[in-house]
Amino acid sequence: MTEEIIVSFDQVEKKYEKETVLKTISFDLEKGKFYTLLGPSGCGKSTILNLIAGFASPSSGTVSILGKDTRDTPPNKRKINTVFQDYALFPHLNVFDNVAFGLKMKKMNKEKIKSKVTETLKLVRLEGFENRDIAEMSGGQKQRVAIARALVNEPDLLLLDEPLSALDLKLRTEMQYELRDLQQRLGITFLFVTHDQEEALAMSDEIMVMKEGRIVQTGTPNAVYDEPINRYVADFIGESNIVRGRMVRDYAVSFAGKTFTCVDGGMQPDEQVDVVIRPEDLVLTEAEAGDIQIFVQTQLFRGVHYEIMGQDDAGNDWMVHSTRQSEPGRRVGLTFDPQDIHIMRINETEEAFDERIEQFATAAYEKTSKGGAGQDD
Amino acid sequence: MTKERKWLAVPYHLWIVLFVIVPVMLLLFQSFRGLDGSFTLVNIQTYFTSRVYLTMTLQSFFYAFLITVLTLLISYPAAYFLAQTRHKQFWLLVLILPTWMNILLKTYAFIGILSQTGFVNQGLNFIGIGAQQLLFTPLSFLIVATYIEVPFMLLPVFNAIDEIDGSMIKASRDLGAGEWQTFASVIFPLSLSGVRSGIQAVFIPSLSLFMLTRLIAGNRVITLGTAIEQNFLVTQNWGMGSTMGIVLVLIMFGVMFLTRRRRKGVTVR
Ligand SMILES: Nc1ncnc2c1ncn2[C@@H]1O[C@H](COP(=O)(O)OP(=O)(O)OP(=O)(O)O)[C@@H](O)[C@H]1O
Ligand SMILES: [Mg+2]
Repeated sequence: MTEEIIVSFDQVEKKYEKETVLKTISFDLEKGKFYTLLGPSGCGKSTILNLIAGFASPSSGTVSILGKDTRDTPPNKRKINTVFQDYALFPHLNVFDNVAFGLKMKKMNKEKIKSKVTETLKLVRLEGFENRDIAEMSGGQKQRVAIARALVNEPDLLLLDEPLSALDLKLRTEMQYELRDLQQRLGITFLFVTHDQEEALAMSDEIMVMKEGRIVQTGTPNAVYDEPINRYVADFIGESNIVRGRMVRDYAVSFAGKTFTCVDGGMQPDEQVDVVIRPEDLVLTEAEAGDIQIFVQTQLFRGVHYEIMGQDDAGNDWMVHSTRQSEPGRRVGLTFDPQDIHIMRINETEEAFDERIEQFATAAYEKTSKGGAGQDD
Repeated sequence: MTKERKWLAVPYHLWIVLFVIVPVMLLLFQSFRGLDGSFTLVNIQTYFTSRVYLTMTLQSFFYAFLITVLTLLISYPAAYFLAQTRHKQFWLLVLILPTWMNILLKTYAFIGILSQTGFVNQGLNFIGIGAQQLLFTPLSFLIVATYIEVPFMLLPVFNAIDEIDGSMIKASRDLGAGEWQTFASVIFPLSLSGVRSGIQAVFIPSLSLFMLTRLIAGNRVITLGTAIEQNFLVTQNWGMGSTMGIVLVLIMFGVMFLTRRRRKGVTVR
C-alpha cells in the first residue's frame, strides 16, 4: 500500500459513564478519498467525528493522525476542519469574516486572507455575499458558508456531520453533486456522515455501515449494495427481499421450494442462509415462465416504477419494482439472474465475509457485473 | 382574540400613562416654572451656566462610570466561570440573593461594618495598622455602591454567556483558535449584548443614588440624585429639581443610545 494514511483508528473504544458508545473500532482513511459513515441515529457517527476532531478522547485504543497518536493534541492543533450539523456559523460576523476566521487565527496577512476568502467563496458559488449577515442567508447558503469556512484552511481531512439533512430534496441533490465535485477537484479527504443510504451510495468512494457502535461493513457503494454482509446491511442499504434458504453446494442455493444457480460459495453443505434479491432485479413474467410464482396482493404507483407486493407458495413475501403494471389478485412469475442472488451467512464476521467473497464471488461478479447499481437507484 | 388582547393591554397602557407619561409631562411643566410660578427658562439657563451644577453633574457621571466599570470587572469573570460550573443555577441564586434584601438594611449593615468600631477597623487594629476613617469617604461609597449594583450586572452578563451555543466554541477551536483566541473572538463579542444590558442597568441608577451618598459617603459625594432630592425637599426649588430630572431622563436616553444593539458585529482583530 503506497497510499498515505490520514487518520487511523486502532481498537478504539469510547465509553460515557456506563454506556459504551463505540466498541473496538478500527479503520484507516486514505488521502484523497470520499468516505461515508452510514448508520441510524445514535449509532455513534458523531462520536467518531468528535474523536478525530479532538472534542473527545478515546477510552481505550488510539486515534492517530498522519501516523501520530493524537492523545495530547488539542482540536486547534489538528489540520482537520469540520462542517457541523447545525453549521455553527458565528452570528456576530458577516460571511467574509466567518470564512476568514481560521486564517485570522493563523495570523495570515490581510491581503492573503482577502484573496483566499474571495477564491473560496467563488468555489462554493457565493461571490458577492461577503458583507451579508449570517441571519440573512438561506439554509443552503449557510451550508455553503460553513463548507467554505472549513475548506479555506486547506485541511488534510474535512469532516462533514450530516450537513445536508436540513435541506429540501432538490437542494440536497444539487449539493450532493457539488460536494462530490468539490472533493474530486480539490483532492481533500472527506469523511461524510449521513443516515441517508441514497446519499451515501451517490457520493462515496467507500461506505462504512455502522450499527450500535460497531462498523459492520466497509466497501465501495457497489460492493455494499450488491454484497451486503447481513440482513441489517441489506435492509439499511436500499430495499430488499430477504428470504430463508439453504446452501445445497457451492453455486447452488435452494429457497421457495426450488434450487437455483448462484455465484456464492464457501459454506457448509446444507447450511441455513439468508438470500437477498433486490426488488429492481426481479422481472415480471407470465406465471409459467417465472423462476418462482407469486400471487399479487398490492400494487403502488411510485412514479418511476410500480411497487408490487406478493407472496409465493412457500409463504415468502416479495417486493418487485417494475415499470410494467400488474394487478392485485393475479398470479405472476418472477425471473432473475444467478448474479442477482446474494447469499448471506448468518452471523458471519466482516473478515470471514471478505475472504470468502474474495475467493468465490469476485471472479463470477466481475464476469457478470452490470456495474453502477448504486447510482441508478 | 384581538378584542381580548385589547382588554389585556389596558393595565399596561394605564400604567404607562399614569406612571410614565404624566410624571414626565409634569417634570417638563415644572422645569419651566420659576420660584414664583411663572413660565421661565431661568432654570435651564442656571443649570447650564452654574459651575456648581455642572461640576456636580460631571462628578455624578464620574462616580457612575467608576461604579459601572468596577461592577463589570467583578461580574464578567464571575459570570464566565459561573456559566461553566456544574450547579450554575444554584450558585447564581446565591449571588443574586442579596438583591432580595431591602437596600436600606444593606446600607445600615455597611455602616456597622465600616464604622470606627466596626468589623473592618477591628481587623485593622488587630494587625496593627490602626483604625481608619472608612465611613463617609468616597471610597466607602464606591465599595458599597458596587456591592449593591453587582447583581444587576452579573445577571444579564451570565445569561448572555450561558446562552452561547457550545457549538460556537467547538467551531472556533476547530478552526484553529486557542482558548484565549476563542474567548476574545467568539465568547466576548457574543456576550456583549449582556454587557450592554448590564451597563444600562447599573450606570443610570448609579447617577441618581442618593441615599448612599448621605448615609455612606456623608455627602462627600454629590450625585444628580442627591441634588434633585435637595431641590425638592430642602430648598423647595421644584423648578430646578425638575430641570435636573429632565437632564437625568435625557442622559438615560443617551446611555440607551450608546449601548444600543449595533447592526454590524464586532470584527475579529
Ligand atoms: N457527551 C455524551 N455523554 C453521554 N452520552 C453521549 C454523549 N455524546 C453522545 N452520547 C451517546 O452516544 C451515543 C452515540 O451518539 P452520537 O452522537 O455519536 O450518535 P449519531 O450516530 O451521531 O446519531 P445522530 O444520527 O442522531 O446524530 C448516543 O446514544 C448518545 O446518547
Ligand atoms: Mg450525530
